[in-house]
Amino acid sequence: MTSSMNNMDLHDLGVAELAAQLAAGAVSSVEVTQHFLNRMAQHSALGAFLAVDADVSLAQARAADARLAAGERTPLLGVPLAHKDVFVTRDFPTTAGSKMLENYRSPFDATVVSRLGIQAGGAGMVTLGKLNCDEFAMGSGNENSAYQPVQNPWDTSRVPGGSSGGSAAAVAARLVPAATGTDTGGSIRQPASLTGITGIKPTYGRCSRYGMVAFASSLDQAGPMARSALDCALLLSAMAGPDPDRDSTSLDLPAVDYAADLLASQPARAKPLAGLRIGLPTQFFGAGCAPDVLAAVRGALAEFEKLGATLVDVSLPLTELSIPVYYVIAPAEASSNLSRFDGVRYGHRAAHYTDLTDMYKKSRSEGFGDEATRRIMIGTYVLSHGYYDAYYLKAQKIRRLIAQDFQTAFAQCDVIAGPVSPTVAWKIGEKGDDPVASYLADIYTLSSSLAGLPGMSVPAGFGAGGMPVGLQLIGNYFKEAQLLGAAHQFQRATDWHQKAPGEKL
Amino acid sequence: MALTFEDIARVANLARLELRPDETAHTLSQLNGFFTLVEQMQAVNTDGVEPLAHPAALLGEVALRLRDDIASEPNQREASQVSAPAVERGLFLVPKVIE
Repeated sequence: MTSSMNNMDLHDLGVAELAAQLAAGAVSSVEVTQHFLNRMAQHSALGAFLAVDADVSLAQARAADARLAAGERTPLLGVPLAHKDVFVTRDFPTTAGSKMLENYRSPFDATVVSRLGIQAGGAGMVTLGKLNCDEFAMGSGNENSAYQPVQNPWDTSRVPGGSSGGSAAAVAARLVPAATGTDTGGSIRQPASLTGITGIKPTYGRCSRYGMVAFASSLDQAGPMARSALDCALLLSAMAGPDPDRDSTSLDLPAVDYAADLLASQPARAKPLAGLRIGLPTQFFGAGCAPDVLAAVRGALAEFEKLGATLVDVSLPLTELSIPVYYVIAPAEASSNLSRFDGVRYGHRAAHYTDLTDMYKKSRSEGFGDEATRRIMIGTYVLSHGYYDAYYLKAQKIRRLIAQDFQTAFAQCDVIAGPVSPTVAWKIGEKGDDPVASYLADIYTLSSSLAGLPGMSVPAGFGAGGMPVGLQLIGNYFKEAQLLGAAHQFQRATDWHQKAPGEKL
Repeated sequence: MALTFEDIARVANLARLELRPDETAHTLSQLNGFFTLVEQMQAVNTDGVEPLAHPAALLGEVALRLRDDIASEPNQREASQVSAPAVERGLFLVPKVIE
């Protein structure tokens, strides 16, 4: 480490701060990368990483240093991050948390990975490795990883949330300054909430899904996870944008510099959020939410009022129905997407079988874990002859009503706020083998996913056991800048996002 | 409405899954618990409501697109087959299908 950085721990710096140090030449990307690699090794017991390769990361850091030395100054150049293991990468294995893809090597990088990465045309970030997750992103505690559960750095006996649990734990523990995540029904927002970090799921289609191992294609969306709204804005600016030749559902909208919007709002004003109407769905503040979570959320909302925002009551009457609707639609799409795992072109193949059909069955049954198997069964059933109308089509009709309810609410407010998760992080193993109990805990994140709306989690305080609580902000379509702006103003007035887990980390 | 053992066997076959005998009873009870939750959907009046398959359908000005039907990717046969379970002379090997 160079002399100017002697007394500072590099891992305490966020993305924007690291980028400034790199641009000023105070530290090199190789030094920063090595520092984080050391920390990752030191805290490997958290189980956050599924793949690390120091040689690859340091080679990328040297390439970033060469670009810096040549005078290039771009917002993320040389800053390291790690990717959720559902993004395929050429330089690291990709498993999606499944035994099915053990040892899988992708011949290409996901669009999000190449847009952020060091190769020509990329933002110049260095990849520190691949992050643990629930198998095929199916889960909300990271306990469905085929490899190992992830520990929450705030209390290692608890889950970090899921499915982007490795991403959340690594950012919270300062093993990485930022990470990518994916969100199908809350998989960025809920782990961000449970680990006290900031994460945003953009509008469906804002980020390309090319190279994301598909779970539920009408819901899957990539997004950044970092400590602050500003850092998320920097990352999202690079991740988002049209990918017309490779993802037919990517939005054909020009790239946006979200960070410039935030930095342009720097001059301090007493009421920076004056005029912002925040809608509070009555269904998000009922008896189903734990009192400690509600207290932290209400405390954060009071802060938003001090910043000039006004609170209005709104209604999302089908909130509870979003659970069965999501858990019919997502498994239906998953059963279709996961049919590609047949033991022929890639993935696990059983050692013993009689004929082709037997090979399919044995390979799939050995390769998929319990939750993936359960969702394939549910999805196959709701799509099967005689049940399609009663389940899948019915769920799609209610999905439209849920989306319409949001537009009714947005007639009365600019953003919607509430809890992300009804409780703080639970103990590893506590939920046992009852999938329905886990599904019910997704109640506050599913409806906006079904509607395709952007949403984020912002650290809002602490609840039972000193565990972090996140505030969820949901915006209307394409309103990521408004969400990030509101969160940024909140983070200028509060320091919840700067809290770090105990001294041992 | 409750699922039966026959339903589980039928669906597992459709999904090309093979459940161990000891898994079948467990799966049956879990799926029946799940479908109790799903039955709540029947109480919602959806008369005249069009199914929504995809949120892109709501984002008015954004039309789904097709690219030109031309090969745009380089041939990566070897890289693509690195992770294949069984390959010979550039071909994926499967058990004999036609005698």
